[in-house]
Amino acid sequence: MNAITPPHLKWPADAGCTAVPYSVFNNQEVYDLEQDKLYNGKTWNFLAAEAELPEKGSFKSTYIGDTPVVVTRGHDEEIYAWVNRCAHRGAEICRERHGVKEDGAYTCVYHQWSFDAKGDLRGVPFQRGLAGKGGMPKDFDRKQHGLRTVRVVNYHGAIFGTMSDETPAIEEYMGEDVSYHFKRILNRPIEILGTTRQYIKGNWKFYSENTKDPYHASLLHLFHATFGLYRSSQKGASIINNDFHSVLWASSGTEDQGALDDMKKDKLRTLQTGEYELNDMSLLAGKQEFDDGITLVILSAFPSLVLQQIQNTLAFRQILPKGKDAFELVWTYFGYKDDPEEIRNIRLKQFNLIGPAGLISMEDGESTELCQNAIVRDGKYTNVIRMAGDEAKGDDHLVTEGLIRGLWKGYRELMDF
Amino acid sequence: MPNAALTLELKNEVEDLLNRYVQCIDDDDLEQWPDFFTEDCLYQVIPRENHEMGLPTAVMWCDSRGMLEDRITALRHANVYQVQWYRHLISNPVISTDDGDTFNVQSNYAVFKTCNDGESTVYNVGRYVDVIVRDKGVLKFKKRTAIYDTHRITTLMVIPI
Repeated sequence: MNAITPPHLKWPADAGCTAVPYSVFNNQEVYDLEQDKLYNGKTWNFLAAEAELPEKGSFKSTYIGDTPVVVTRGHDEEIYAWVNRCAHRGAEICRERHGVKEDGAYTCVYHQWSFDAKGDLRGVPFQRGLAGKGGMPKDFDRKQHGLRTVRVVNYHGAIFGTMSDETPAIEEYMGEDVSYHFKRILNRPIEILGTTRQYIKGNWKFYSENTKDPYHASLLHLFHATFGLYRSSQKGASIINNDFHSVLWASSGTEDQGALDDMKKDKLRTLQTGEYELNDMSLLAGKQEFDDGITLVILSAFPSLVLQQIQNTLAFRQILPKGKDAFELVWTYFGYKDDPEEIRNIRLKQFNLIGPAGLISMEDGESTELCQNAIVRDGKYTNVIRMAGDEAKGDDHLVTEGLIRGLWKGYRELMDF
Repeated sequence: MPNAALTLELKNEVEDLLNRYVQCIDDDDLEQWPDFFTEDCLYQVIPRENHEMGLPTAVMWCDSRGMLEDRITALRHANVYQVQWYRHLISNPVISTDDGDTFNVQSNYAVFKTCNDGESTVYNVGRYVDVIVRDKGVLKFKKRTAIYDTHRITTLMVIPI
């Protein structure tokens, strides 16, 4: 079973998913295996919001793992995706980040082989030669030379792609509770408000851990805590489906006094409440949008998507590995199409809280890099993931690392490690 | 005649504001930074791709002096980041004014960032698009938009551009 495990990757016996050898974060062989077994395997990967492909001919260039992929809307209104590699000699076909192809043709600049939105080969220059010279052999069949296609699904306005025919249907893949929260946020048509990109010099899985880690939220992100937006003592829960998909949720203004007293005893730098006040409270003047009172949802659909609601901010975060020690985080911010101007303005202002310059989220890039910097030579050592026990399970509180254990449980299984 | 109101003296005054602004940030006098803006102001740092598509999302978006001050309070007391210094180079200011009181200015900038490892990198490159007004006799930014070309921000952005 462990035949393909890189020889230097030693998972401690009996540690279950409570100890992970650091070499998984810093090893080229592991990285390459991940690209094969995870990204090119049985996983659904976020490609785009449907709203980013608004009309016939719309396209967006993105990635599944580090494989370049283009997602398109055909003239038949259907969504397609294919690997951005010409079937002829391997050149990149689509060189723009996004746009609209009025004629629906995607033409490689190298020899002008031309493909349609589905990825089917439509034209080969000089196929029959010039003046009787050259040309493709008679048995050359254009139908045999389409682009490598990606199976796609439009799940409530989010387009996911998978390289495998065996990946289960998206809702089965994500699990019941996680898909409930997914549909809760994507409950009606959305409007794209913009994109930002963050380049983080750390392994992508350090970030996966981060988005499944409520333990750090009130300890690293002090803006959050200082102004009472979120503390570990707030009401909330962590949910796991199918090991590596998860949801963290919390509602503000529901603090447990006993838990708060315990935090004060710990004399954490977290609790500087009262010392600093915002000059302009309009930043936090949000609106209750959901009847359930939940003000924070971090939904992680492994391996490439985090869907979030923080106060009134809504965003997709797409994780794109760029080698074993770097990844790009693409933030796509949205509101709802029927947003009144007031709520749209609240979202735009609250975007100060999230993203690469986010007052409550900027440190996530930093923490990832801190880990990457420190493990360079220590691949055989392991971390300790034991907050709230040793099991990979959700809890009715946020003082847990159960979701991270779930991540590693699912990861080991999928990777055969 | 366009720009007839722009005297050499006024041009120097505008350029002096542009220069003092970046020097304030590079010298880490960030508590003074909000003073470059009028009370009612708009400061934005926005990726060029959003700007060109007409999408409003900015990474920093402050529509009051209070919000600018809060950015600095958070930077000093809440946010966690490694030691870093900025060095701004600004160039090519194009200044236009109809009345000598309100100025529309565009200039280029490059921010080099140096962290503890000693390497200076080109961190953020773009242009400032400004509306500058006279406030109690002193020129201030009523609106300053930093539209950045470097649309992939390395690690994080905590210090304003």
